[in-house]
Amino acid sequence: MSRAHGRPETRTRVAIAYCGDVAKVRLDSITKIFDSVVAVEDVSLDVGDHDFMILLGPSGCGKSTLLRIIAGLEEPTEGDVYIGDVKVNEIEPKLRDVAMVFQSYALYPHKTVRANIEFPLKVRGAPKAERAAEAAKAAESLGLTEYLDRKPGQLSGGQRQRVALARAIVRRPAVFCMDEPLSNLDAKLRSETRAELVALHRRLASTFIYVTHDQVEAMTMGTRVAVMSRGELQQVGTPQDVYSKPATVFVAEFIGTPPMNIFPVGMLDESGYLVGIRPEHVLVDSASPVRAHVDVVEHLGHETLINCRLGDTRVMVRLGGDEVAPCVGDDIGLITPVNHRHHFDATTQRRVDE
Amino acid sequence: MKRRRRDAVLALVMLGPSAVILVAFVLYPLARAVWLGRQRCDARAQNCRTNGFRQYVDVVQSREFQHSLWVTVKFALLTVPVGVALGLGLAVLADRHLRGVGFFRTVFSSTVATSVAVASLMWLFLLQPSRGVLANIGWLNQLAPVIKRPGLLNDAGTALSGVALSSVWANLGFTFIVVTAGLQSIPRELHESAYVDGAGPWRRFTNVTVPMLSPTLVFVGVVLTSRAFQAYGEIDLLTKGGPVPQDSTSTLTYLIYGSTSIARSDAGLQSTVAVLLFVVLLVLSVVQLRGLERRVHYGN
Repeated sequence: MSRAHGRPETRTRVAIAYCGDVAKVRLDSITKIFDSVVAVEDVSLDVGDHDFMILLGPSGCGKSTLLRIIAGLEEPTEGDVYIGDVKVNEIEPKLRDVAMVFQSYALYPHKTVRANIEFPLKVRGAPKAERAAEAAKAAESLGLTEYLDRKPGQLSGGQRQRVALARAIVRRPAVFCMDEPLSNLDAKLRSETRAELVALHRRLASTFIYVTHDQVEAMTMGTRVAVMSRGELQQVGTPQDVYSKPATVFVAEFIGTPPMNIFPVGMLDESGYLVGIRPEHVLVDSASPVRAHVDVVEHLGHETLINCRLGDTRVMVRLGGDEVAPCVGDDIGLITPVNHRHHFDATTQRRVDE
Repeated sequence: MKRRRRDAVLALVMLGPSAVILVAFVLYPLARAVWLGRQRCDARAQNCRTNGFRQYVDVVQSREFQHSLWVTVKFALLTVPVGVALGLGLAVLADRHLRGVGFFRTVFSSTVATSVAVASLMWLFLLQPSRGVLANIGWLNQLAPVIKRPGLLNDAGTALSGVALSSVWANLGFTFIVVTAGLQSIPRELHESAYVDGAGPWRRFTNVTVPMLSPTLVFVGVVLTSRAFQAYGEIDLLTKGGPVPQDSTSTLTYLIYGSTSIARSDAGLQSTVAVLLFVVLLVLSVVQLRGLERRVHYGN
């Protein structure tokens, strides 16, 4: 695939010359150990050119470490990192053609917005006129033009976040690494910025690798999602795959709000596996012989969540907002349709498909 | 109304102790010094006869005052920039996660626990021409023969540098500790971001470390300048304002208290110089803070 935009010829590029799919990233059996703590364990991951790859997982799962390894801020203890077809383990970040956007934005508070955006170009020795032009263009595309002469301290959180993006864009990197860039924004701004990032990804034709613990970000922005837990890769797939065919119990419970119900072996069928059913697939039917006791009812308007007990197992049921909801203390009948059941091996916690 | 009066009484009671201390130990001595500075008195501040504020003008115009002011300025120029630069350099060197770096941090900050007297005596011994360790290092003698003959502190041209050496060393611990604290408050992502964007160590130092550290550096600079203008112990112990007869290390404080100072036996003249020193320091601090403030970044 060819890059959608040309690179300025005048700039002295010292970056390694990638061939073929320039912005492909491949991780080969990456392990990272800090002192004696294993942060990342034997992770192999292929990120295709122009992918919007989301590294998703709870805090401490190793996703940020993995991103920092790609950017060159950490060295893997074992394993290799490839960008394009070049092994970059020993290559400094500046030569990797990777830009990084930090959760804290990491803007230089003493420099103006303009100087912040120009900084990567200045470091590369780009001539003044070119720097100014590139910065103006990036600022324009992100609606920052009128703020160019301000200091970051005079901007709102959302504007600072855009300055950080602009600073990454001017480099025209092969790969954008983003470490929870939206988590310091309020909910409304976050959903607006999600859409902007998707548009940006489409426009830039670069590869995005994006770390988050927020499954909404993962589901709405990613072309592919890599779910991690305790340093290990659980599943890689499209957002739809990860939701509809979770590879492990962890993924089943991590993705979806509320999470998938997991029933112990033998409770619903004789398969000998754990059985998972999403809350929206559990049906309420007074005629059903499977009786559950209602503990909590949450009316959210567009939907109603019913938290009930089936023996010792908690079951979440999701009803539409206009359906008649039971009351707390009621005994209700549940139906768990066979075609919506997911099976997981009780020991390996992995998905079993018959 | 009643309640407000009660509050006012309570406020006075609470403020009283500090107000008494402030008046007794700061305001009264200050006013008294300004008053005394108008007079010529004997060493016990008695038998005064007034010259009025004319005395301040006379002192400012005197050769001795102007000489001492110049020596003081030279002393500050010798100690402050070098002190800040060395403290910054050491702090940057020790600001990394290396095994055993704690040992160096302890060593670098140790001079903060060393009194001026101890530091001065140590340097006096080191620089002592006949037996001093530094004075008897062969290659150092080749490089600067003055160290051996007549001795760094005994030569009118180098004595002030010798005192400055001791002073810089004694203040290094303070600078090191303050700058280290400043370094640790710089967010790590700023360095990482610059690193990913291709900035080398020097560019990160000039574009991240120094600007982010600027409030700390200004603070250290102002404190060190103020200390340089008030330095007394090291001068008294190392050179006694000499070497005579040039008075090459006779700073303003030495002109006030010094055992060989011409103002020593006159409490009135001493007060005049002390008040003038106060004015000089006040002006200097305001200028430093104001002038640098515009170029300093104080966070968001």
